[in-house]
Amino acid sequence: MDIKDIIKPENLVYKKTDHMTDKVLSYCPGCGHGTAHRILMEVIDEMGVRADTIGVAPVGCSVLAYDFMNIDMQGAAHGRAPAVATGIKRCWPDKFVFTYQGDGDLAAIGTAETIHACNRGENITILFINNGIYGMTGGQMAPTTLEGMRTTTSPYGRDLESMGNPIKITELIANLPGVHYVTRQAVHTPRYVRRTKKAIFKAFDIQKNKKGLSFVEIVSNCNSGWKMTPNQSNIWMEDNMFPYYPLGDIKVDGKIINE
Amino acid sequence: MAKVIGAIVVDEEHCKGCEVCVVACPTQVIGMTDRVNSKGYHIAYMETPESCTGCANCAIVCPDGVITVYKMKKEA
Ligand code: SF4
Ligand code: SF4
Repeated sequence: MDIKDIIKPENLVYKKTDHMTDKVLSYCPGCGHGTAHRILMEVIDEMGVRADTIGVAPVGCSVLAYDFMNIDMQGAAHGRAPAVATGIKRCWPDKFVFTYQGDGDLAAIGTAETIHACNRGENITILFINNGIYGMTGGQMAPTTLEGMRTTTSPYGRDLESMGNPIKITELIANLPGVHYVTRQAVHTPRYVRRTKKAIFKAFDIQKNKKGLSFVEIVSNCNSGWKMTPNQSNIWMEDNMFPYYPLGDIKVDGKIINE
Repeated sequence: MAKVIGAIVVDEEHCKGCEVCVVACPTQVIGMTDRVNSKGYHIAYMETPESCTGCANCAIVCPDGVITVYKMKKEA
């Protein structure tokens, strides 16, 4: 059989959603940000809520998210996305409002905004991409950097005594009563991409039903910052990030899951 | 017996050569070209097209969304 016979419009099973723009992503080869963007846009596409969705972009590697997500977007000052999203949602309670933030944005400079938006139980969705490093600025130590992990500002590895512990902000947030759904996922293999997409669907559904805040963490790679090839970084992530940041639901229907 | 056969099309200019699709393919279809695109990246391509089932695993993990997947029934 000739390949040309297969490549016909009627045989199409997958193509990039038009909810992503045609701009070339500014991310490094193999970076999970691109996958996370795309599945988020697929959810909005499949729910048919493009005209009713407003996203808030962070500062960090994904600062240009509004260039790539072909929907209404708003930029926010570093870490302030949940505060900006709060304002948008209160003006437009029937719109879907989400923030897309990295670990430096959400768990360092934006800690106050994150915690208070969650504590108020704003009816928004927060997508949190945790790759344990400041990628855009050149691979410095982040609050989520693992013990012993080398970065440009922890060249001998993160030392807990002088630098503190990697923060499990997602578990912290799960303890706040306003938060309805908290889950931790990944996007480096087909299986996890499918699961994460389901989690984002669920988060948007919670928002639709006005049940409170939903928080989806995606543990991801930063192959450039970690100084590995993309596939090496994904294996390293499984071996090192997942034991400390275990995947799965943390809070469902407003109740913490005790395993 | 009818079986399915798939095919992928890679947007060559926008592939970043990361090889995430290579390990994601359950039937080891994908290889990387020796030639590079204008950005200097090696490009993913179907090395063994006859093994492609059109499962789209490669496409859903491609961070840059440059893979399009087709599939059809094959007469045995
Ligand atoms: S569609 Fe499936 S079988 Fe075909 S190349 Fe992609 S991952 Fe491999
Ligand atoms: S995953 Fe996408 S960008 Fe990476 S090598 Fe494959 S086709 Fe190219």
